[in-house]
Amino acid sequence: MKIIVDRGRCTGLGMCESVAPEVFEVNDEGELELANDTVPDGQLVLLEQAVACCPNEALRLAP
Amino acid sequence: MLPERGIAAGTVTGPADLVVVGASLAGLRAVQAARQSGFTGRITLIGAESHLPYDRPPLSKAFLNAPDPVVPVLRGANELADLGVRLLLGAPATGLDTDRRRVLVGDQEIGYDALVIATGARARSLPGASGLAGVHTLRTLDDAIAIRRALDGGARTVVVGAGFIGSEIASAAHRRDLGVVVVEASLTPLAPAIGERMGAACAALHHRNGTDLRCGTRVSRIEGDSRVERVRLSDGAVLPADLVVVGVGAAPATDWLTGSGLTVADGVVCDNTLFTGVDGVYAAGDVARWHNPMFDRPMRLEHWTGAAEQGAVAARNAVGAGPGTSYSTVPYFWSDWYDRRIQFVGVPDADEVRIVQGDPDRDGRLVALYRAGSRLVGALTVDARTQVMKYRGLIARGASWQDGLDFAVQRRNAVTDRAATELVNADRGGAA
Repeated sequence: MKIIVDRGRCTGLGMCESVAPEVFEVNDEGELELANDTVPDGQLVLLEQAVACCPNEALRLAP
Repeated sequence: MLPERGIAAGTVTGPADLVVVGASLAGLRAVQAARQSGFTGRITLIGAESHLPYDRPPLSKAFLNAPDPVVPVLRGANELADLGVRLLLGAPATGLDTDRRRVLVGDQEIGYDALVIATGARARSLPGASGLAGVHTLRTLDDAIAIRRALDGGARTVVVGAGFIGSEIASAAHRRDLGVVVVEASLTPLAPAIGERMGAACAALHHRNGTDLRCGTRVSRIEGDSRVERVRLSDGAVLPADLVVVGVGAAPATDWLTGSGLTVADGVVCDNTLFTGVDGVYAAGDVARWHNPMFDRPMRLEHWTGAAEQGAVAARNAVGAGPGTSYSTVPYFWSDWYDRRIQFVGVPDADEVRIVQGDPDRDGRLVALYRAGSRLVGALTVDARTQVMKYRGLIARGASWQDGLDFAVQRRNAVTDRAATELVNADRGGAA
């Protein structure tokens, strides 16, 4: 599964980082950085939570 | 992930009828979570407004500032029929009979086995401020549409209350080069939300951007002939105004619960599982005062994340068979002023607030930490977006004050190292 960020929607609020800090990090400029752009093994549920908690609906997972 | 419990909808043990009152974020998340958890019974979602569930934070931000504002309909709001959710929109719940398990909506009675109360909060207004055109609060989409129209029309704007919403509206007016005055009754804005000192630091953002902020001043009268024309202040000043936005906080929408038997004390009182103590009744979002195990105290939050998460937990607990799941959180909210982002995690009640990075007198960027006893309990950042969630993590793990300070030193060193490297690189670039 791929992690897809809609850069037009993301404003760097950091909720995803709060849920999955190993995968997401908001940088100093407020841009979201991904440690990897696919869902790590065994972390699908966590990543689904990260997607669901985004206030800007900027994240989704896709095959 | 919250543990799923064996739910036996349709059997004698599980509820068959879930009613959710309040069709905003918490209510929407409640019905979605109920279905996700396997609940197959009937679901009814009752909303006072006629709109499908929409998102509120953008109403005072992007909706006022974007060139082409879009209605921020929440994800999944258009698919409620697919979830088999019956929608009753456009009329508020007017009463609750917990003996007969009925929600009243005017003349209608809607029976429930499980109930989630998510009626949110209502914007407070000023006495005597209603009835004049051009005077608004900002809580609903209709409010935001009216305010946006007035700002686009070049309204001379007076904002009453220098809290987060008021300050965002002042920013929106400032962005359009409109004259805007912010009138704040207390001497320091935002003291209850982030403490005196940081309230003052944030207020300085208004001064730095040339917004006229008048603290320790009250509104005596809002005057006009059918439309607002001027605002008279307690210090005698008279401000001409075409638009007045009152941002003096919100009160939980609990008036419809009078006589229901629920305990209401600045919100619907719940335990750590969002259970009200009355059979089958749970509460979520701005209306809920629940016991937050993270800080071992009752809290009522008016934050996006709290509403979203509580809606889901309350619904799962309401339709589940076993003991409910506890909801524990480090509160988080954000606000956007003049291209600065203010973020706060934790709680503001502190023995000490220390600025560990930045200087409020310089450009407004800063990181401040909050100490209660020997524990790190809060962090405020202004334009330090990479840091705030790291502090949230520390607070969630019960970090000590010293842990917080150590982390701050690490961050400062990292910034200094990077700046030094950039300087060296720039020097090299210049020499070449």
